Amino acid sequence: MSVARFWRKIPQRYNLIGTQCTTCGRYFFPPRTFCPECRRAGNIVDHKFRGYGTVVTHTVIRTASEQFEQMTPYVLAIVELDEGPRITAQIVCEPEEVFIGMKVTPVFRRIAADGESGVIHYGTKYVPAE
Amino acid sequence: MVGIITYGVYIPKYRIKVEEIARVWGANAADIAGGLGVYSKSVPDLDEDTATIAVEAARHALKRREINPADIGAVYVGSESHPYAVKPTACTVGEAIGATPYMTAADYEFACKAGTAAIQTCMGLVKSQMITYGVAIGSDVAQGAPSDALEYTAAAGGAAFVIGRDDPVARINHTCSFTTDTPDFWRREGQDYPRHGGRFTGDPGYFKHIQGSVRLIFEQTGKNPKDYDYAVFHQPNAKFPQRVAKILGFTAEQIKPGLVVPRLGNTYSGSSMIGLAATLDIAKAGDRIFVASFGSGAGSDAFDIEVTDAIESGAFRRDAAPSVEKLLASPKWVDYATYARHKGKIVMQK
Ligand SMILES: [Zn+2]
Repeated sequence: MSVARFWRKIPQRYNLIGTQCTTCGRYFFPPRTFCPECRRAGNIVDHKFRGYGTVVTHTVIRTASEQFEQMTPYVLAIVELDEGPRITAQIVCEPEEVFIGMKVTPVFRRIAADGESGVIHYGTKYVPAE
Repeated sequence: MVGIITYGVYIPKYRIKVEEIARVWGANAADIAGGLGVYSKSVPDLDEDTATIAVEAARHALKRREINPADIGAVYVGSESHPYAVKPTACTVGEAIGATPYMTAADYEFACKAGTAAIQTCMGLVKSQMITYGVAIGSDVAQGAPSDALEYTAAAGGAAFVIGRDDPVARINHTCSFTTDTPDFWRREGQDYPRHGGRFTGDPGYFKHIQGSVRLIFEQTGKNPKDYDYAVFHQPNAKFPQRVAKILGFTAEQIKPGLVVPRLGNTYSGSSMIGLAATLDIAKAGDRIFVASFGSGAGSDAFDIEVTDAIESGAFRRDAAPSVEKLLASPKWVDYATYARHKGKIVMQK
C-alpha cells in the first residue's frame, strides 16, 4: 500500500470513521458519499462507529502474503458492527476460540509494516468481548 | 489546582516465567527470581508495540471520564522503545484518541522516567493555562539482550495520565527532580539492546537519585513519610524499591499496592506510572500518595499527590476500564521460543 493511500485511510483505520445518511438513517463503512436509497434526497454526515460487533463468519489464514506471513495462523472474520455495516478484520484469538455470533471489541494494533525501513500501518483489530 | 483528571493502563496478556528464561540460559532460576523478587514478566503480542500500548492506555483513561478530545492540547509519550527513530509516537496516539489536529506533541526519552517527565511538562502547560488537558504517557516494549540480566525483567506495558485543572481525581500538590550525568545504563543509536554498568546501576544511579529527589521534595514541602498513605518507587526489580523505601522511612505496607513488578516485570517508562495507577485503583478520597520515578542517565522525579472526592463521584467511572489487578490476572503463559518470536529475537531469512 502506498504511503498516501494508507494516510488517507487513517481516520477509518484508527477510529472507524464512516458515514451515515440522516435521511434514511443507514450507516456506511467504508464511508460512502452517496446514499443508494435516497439518492439526491440523501444527506451524508461523518459517523464514528462505536466499534462493537458480532462475528458473522470467519476463516483461519495459514498461508499468507509476504506482509502477513509472520502472523500465521491468524483468524480473519466478517464482523457486523452494531450499527449495521460489515467489515473484514482480524480477530486476535486462538483459531479454536472463534465462533459465529461471537461478540467482539475493537483494539488498536499494528496491521503491517512496509519492510524494515518503511512506514508502519496501524489500525483496528478485534478481540473477544468480555 | 493541577492534577490527574483520569488515568488508564494497558498490559499485554502474555507472560513468561523467570524460571523459563533461566532454563534456556542454564542459570539457577530460584537464585535469580529470589534475588530480583520477580517471578514473571509481560510479553507483547506479535502486533503490539509502544504505540499500540500507549493508544490502549490512553483510550482506557478516556473511558473512565468523559472529556472532549478536542480539549486535549498536548500529548507526550515517554519511551525507550519508540517504533520509529524519527516520527513521533505521540502523533499516532493523538490521532487515535481524536485529539488532533489542534494540539502540541512530542516523544520523550529518559530511560525509565520519560513518562513522569511528560507529567511534569503537562503540569506546566496546564498551570500556565496554555492548555486545558495534557496527556502524559509512559509506554515500553522493554529491551533486554538475550541472556543479559535485563532479560529476566524487561517487560511490556504502559500508563496514560490526563493532566488538567478542573475537578481532578487526584491533586498533584508538588513535584521536583534530581538530575546528573551518570552513565549507569544506555543504548547507543542503532543498537538493539541497552547496556548497563552492572552493580554500578544501584548506588550511584537508582539509590542516589531517588534519595536526592525525595529529600528535596521533603525539604520543599516540610512533609515526611508518615504524611502518606501510599508510596510508589521505580521498580526495576522488587528489591530496589523495597530497599529505598526502607532507607527513606516508608513502610512495606505503604508500597504494597503499587509494587506490581513481581508479576509484571519492569515496564521501563511504564514502571512507576503503572505502580501509581495500581495505587489509584484502590485509593479513597483523602489518601495521600508519594511517587518517585527513576531514569538512568540519570534522574528522579518526585510527586506529592492527594486523592480527591472526585475519585468516588459519578463523573469518574473507575470500573469503566480494567484495573491493573485485572490486567495482571489470568495471563497466557508462553515458553521461551514463543517469547523470542513475539519479541522479534529470532533471525529470519530476508
Ligand atoms: Zn439514505
